[in-house]
Amino acid sequence: MANKVKCALIGSGNIGTDLIYKIQRSEFLEPVWMVGIDPESEGLARARDMGLKTTAEGVDGLLPHVKADGIQIAFDATSAYVHAENSRKLNELGVFMVDLTPAAIGPLCVPPVNLDELENTMNVNMISCAGQATIPIVHGVSRVQSVEYAEIIASLASKSIGPGTRANLDEFTHTTSSAVCKVGKARRGKALCIINPADPPMIMRNTIYCLTDDEPDQEAITQSLMDMIEQVQRYVPGYKLVNGPVFEGNKVGVFMEVAGLGDYLPTYAGNLDIMTAAACRTAEMYAEKILKGEFVLEGAA
Amino acid sequence: MTNEVVRDVIVHDMCLRDGMHAKKEQISTEQMRTVAAALDKAGVPIIQVSHGAGLGGNSLQHGFAPHANEEYWDAVAPVLTRAKMSVLLIPGLGTMNELRSAYEHGVRAVHVATHCTEADTSPQHIACARELGMDTAGFLMMAHLNTTAGLVEEAKKMESYGAQTVYVTDSAGYMIPENVVEIVTALRNELKPETEIGFHGHNNLGMGTANSIEAVRAGATRIDASVAGLGAGAGNTPLEGFVAVCERVGIKTGCDLFALMDMAEDIIFPMMDHIVRVDRSSLTLGFAGVYSTFLLHANRLGEKYGIPPRDILMELGRKKMIGGQEDMIEDTALTMLKEREAKVVGA
Repeated sequence: MANKVKCALIGSGNIGTDLIYKIQRSEFLEPVWMVGIDPESEGLARARDMGLKTTAEGVDGLLPHVKADGIQIAFDATSAYVHAENSRKLNELGVFMVDLTPAAIGPLCVPPVNLDELENTMNVNMISCAGQATIPIVHGVSRVQSVEYAEIIASLASKSIGPGTRANLDEFTHTTSSAVCKVGKARRGKALCIINPADPPMIMRNTIYCLTDDEPDQEAITQSLMDMIEQVQRYVPGYKLVNGPVFEGNKVGVFMEVAGLGDYLPTYAGNLDIMTAAACRTAEMYAEKILKGEFVLEGAA
Repeated sequence: MTNEVVRDVIVHDMCLRDGMHAKKEQISTEQMRTVAAALDKAGVPIIQVSHGAGLGGNSLQHGFAPHANEEYWDAVAPVLTRAKMSVLLIPGLGTMNELRSAYEHGVRAVHVATHCTEADTSPQHIACARELGMDTAGFLMMAHLNTTAGLVEEAKKMESYGAQTVYVTDSAGYMIPENVVEIVTALRNELKPETEIGFHGHNNLGMGTANSIEAVRAGATRIDASVAGLGAGAGNTPLEGFVAVCERVGIKTGCDLFALMDMAEDIIFPMMDHIVRVDRSSLTLGFAGVYSTFLLHANRLGEKYGIPPRDILMELGRKKMIGGQEDMIEDTALTMLKEREAKVVGA
């Protein structure tokens, strides 16, 4: 296992648990620790069953083991409020941080859009599930012609949304809207999120509207979108165009669906997969660099 | 004060919020002022003013109003002598920053709205409203999609976050009086005595007034309605009709019935782009349990793609689409179109 980078997962909820599956399949990453805050939590018990070491004492419970267990990458799936502190403590020990909360203190990453451009940094942010699912499409339009405004609507199955996201919808909205501009390259952006409790649960749906400055070049945009969708499908096979692109004046409408792999939650929770798969892919890029010696992690201590 | 108005129920007007839906979000600041002044004069104590989808509503999804909410509040606030302004906030669409801005522009009450099973997306927003000192209601939309026990549970969550009122919101105009009585009675028994209960009806099955009266009899003290029913679907509970029945049965609203009747005839009806009424599409909403705001979208897209709006609305009901999923109307129409074309080819 010497050729894999050892990882810690912080937050034993839906996202953290699904990450275990993704990381276990990775060529470059190995999950070693799961960090929670409730000793009775199902997430920690499941992590132990899957062969991980666990602590219920938060990040502070992990810190003493970082050096001994050679942890070099941590995934934070807690909340925007505690992320900054988690990141600071682990960065100090030379641990690279992949942030799955809406804290967004590091550069924003959507793998098919900007993974290649990211520089060596100690913290990258994965925006939100809605951001991962929609920004590739916004970019697919904006790389053809300038987009004055982009709006994304994410419909998520109620059963796939954990308490952390529920209690922090404003952060989700702000971070996603801002990333539609920063990464998607629309001049103005807006994100809407709807939680639907239908039973059986609905598969994650995303609608993306872009207003182009000039009349849209339908053929070029359609081709660009098909290419982009193929890129995303390489790490999320269930990423699928349902309808569109629909052109109406300067408005481009794209109707997407994301089915998951069904690792932890069933396939309807594509939102979980697209987030964890994107985080995993991002971490793999850095892990490769770490293994090749192109990215040297240095702790302050 | 000797001239304090005595009310058994607080009537909350929706013309300038839900009514925006019936006007495709196109109400001018001048119209807002005229309507608000008339409501104030007629003694309606709370008036909701904003984009139809509330805070953050301006969007391709929900339509762009000609003015920002701030401009509407600034237009309306000066004409009010006793009524207060309220707003709608749906977490996932509107944010606390927008709520703070509403407060700065004179808004003093808020409906914090979630789908009827998702109350736990509202704690931040309810707490923020209370901190601002606003009259704070939790608003459980599409209430027909939850059981009575489920609604009690969600209502208790909102109460625990600080909501002073919890609304049963019949967004689809699907309920009939016996449903309303059962739900409101259960909430009255289970919530704290100081927590008020509200009912927000739509008239898609023609039940708006009857449902609202039964809600009051079962313990509700807040009723949303709009003059001449100006609102989504077949409209909200018609406010003047509700007040008339209240007078007949001895429920005090503190509103001037004749002033409201005159207002409906002279101000609101002339404003309507289409007659807000029970018709084929709006009745379908009530029958299928579909969000009332979907009405005009389904009519428009039905025409665009040559599919009867009723078919689209029935399909949306079957798929259990909820408020805020307006994008799924076009998606559904497109998918139905593909299926129908495939059938024709196959045949």
